[in-house]
Amino acid sequence: MGFDQYHEPPDELPTATRTFARLCASLTEEAEAIGWYEQRIAVESDPEALAVMRDAQGEEFKHFSMDLEFLLRRTPPWREVAQGILFQAGDIVEHGEEAEAEAFEGEGSGAEGGYEDGSLGIGSLRGTSP
Amino acid sequence: MNHLLRSHAPISDAGWGLLDGEARAHLSSALAARKLVDFAGPGGWDQSATNLGRTSPLAETPCEGVSGLRRQVLPLVELRADFELRRAELRDADRGASDADLGALDKAAHQIAVAENIAVFHGWDGAIIGIGEASPHEHLQLGGVDEYPRQVAGAVERLLSSGITGPYGLALGREQYRRVVETAEHGGYPLLDHLRKILDGQIIWAPGVNGALVLSLRGGDFVFESGQDLSIGYDSHDGEVVRLYFEESFSFHVATPEAAVALEP
Repeated sequence: MGFDQYHEPPDELPTATRTFARLCASLTEEAEAIGWYEQRIAVESDPEALAVMRDAQGEEFKHFSMDLEFLLRRTPPWREVAQGILFQAGDIVEHGEEAEAEAFEGEGSGAEGGYEDGSLGIGSLRGTSP
Repeated sequence: MNHLLRSHAPISDAGWGLLDGEARAHLSSALAARKLVDFAGPGGWDQSATNLGRTSPLAETPCEGVSGLRRQVLPLVELRADFELRRAELRDADRGASDADLGALDKAAHQIAVAENIAVFHGWDGAIIGIGEASPHEHLQLGGVDEYPRQVAGAVERLLSSGITGPYGLALGREQYRRVVETAEHGGYPLLDHLRKILDGQIIWAPGVNGALVLSLRGGDFVFESGQDLSIGYDSHDGEVVRLYFEESFSFHVATPEAAVALEP
């Protein structure tokens, strides 16, 4: 364990970046757990054990989704890309390319502004320096 | 093109990049409320109200045998700060000048940030109930800088007595923040570090705040709901200047009035 989620010396990182890194690590762990349960469920034949594991996997779905929502709220460009991809019918890769282009082409510059609504994309500043 | 009409401004893409970057830097340092309260949204320029989940009775009904209620909502307010820039300065920036005069933008950014801080922390008469005026706790006196640890600890104790858990944040007005940062207590221990230990949370420079406020950072107590997040829009131009403005729409709702204590200077 320890402080593996940090790629740079933690003392040099701002509070908001440390929080961001923790949630990224948590997101990864929840995704791993979902994958593990998927494999266990695939090979288990005991109905009662299956029910328990399906319930546990459902918890991981929730945790993963909460981690993701937190990260998206704190990262407007990520949120903008995600809005173009998540819960959209059609070609996923196509949506991804379009969302990336809309979010980053001319970011912060140009008459349409850096964000979809033309705003400065400031949002929440929780965890940032004084 | 949306209501900001940025495409109509005689400003190059590089120029807009310069203005947006300058604005973000100034706003991010001065927007104190967003560093301490929950942020929801942005919901867009066409969002007009925040749902409160409450109703008020209606005395009259269309006919007998029915009853009626009216939903209560919190209207969003709009803030706008106008400024103008010399077009010659923007042309020089396009040529590579690194010292373009953007002083008017900086001033307007500071003004709208201060307005947002005041609205959230102290209130906006007829529009927003601020944290300080919603608090049921008796306002404490900050006193001299030597008194700050005792008064802040007293505020934290009041919150604990009300069942309000931490961590706690401290919003300090400009003068109060300067005093805290420049002061070392007996033995040379920085006052800033002492206050952080008391609060277990952040100490924020909050221009516009009169005195200080201690508030819980546990979440769910104070909600800033953004409609249109802070943006730069275009108003008009002539041969000499281009007139722009900062704009935002938002509501602010105190869900737990007892989760903050105001300290007067």
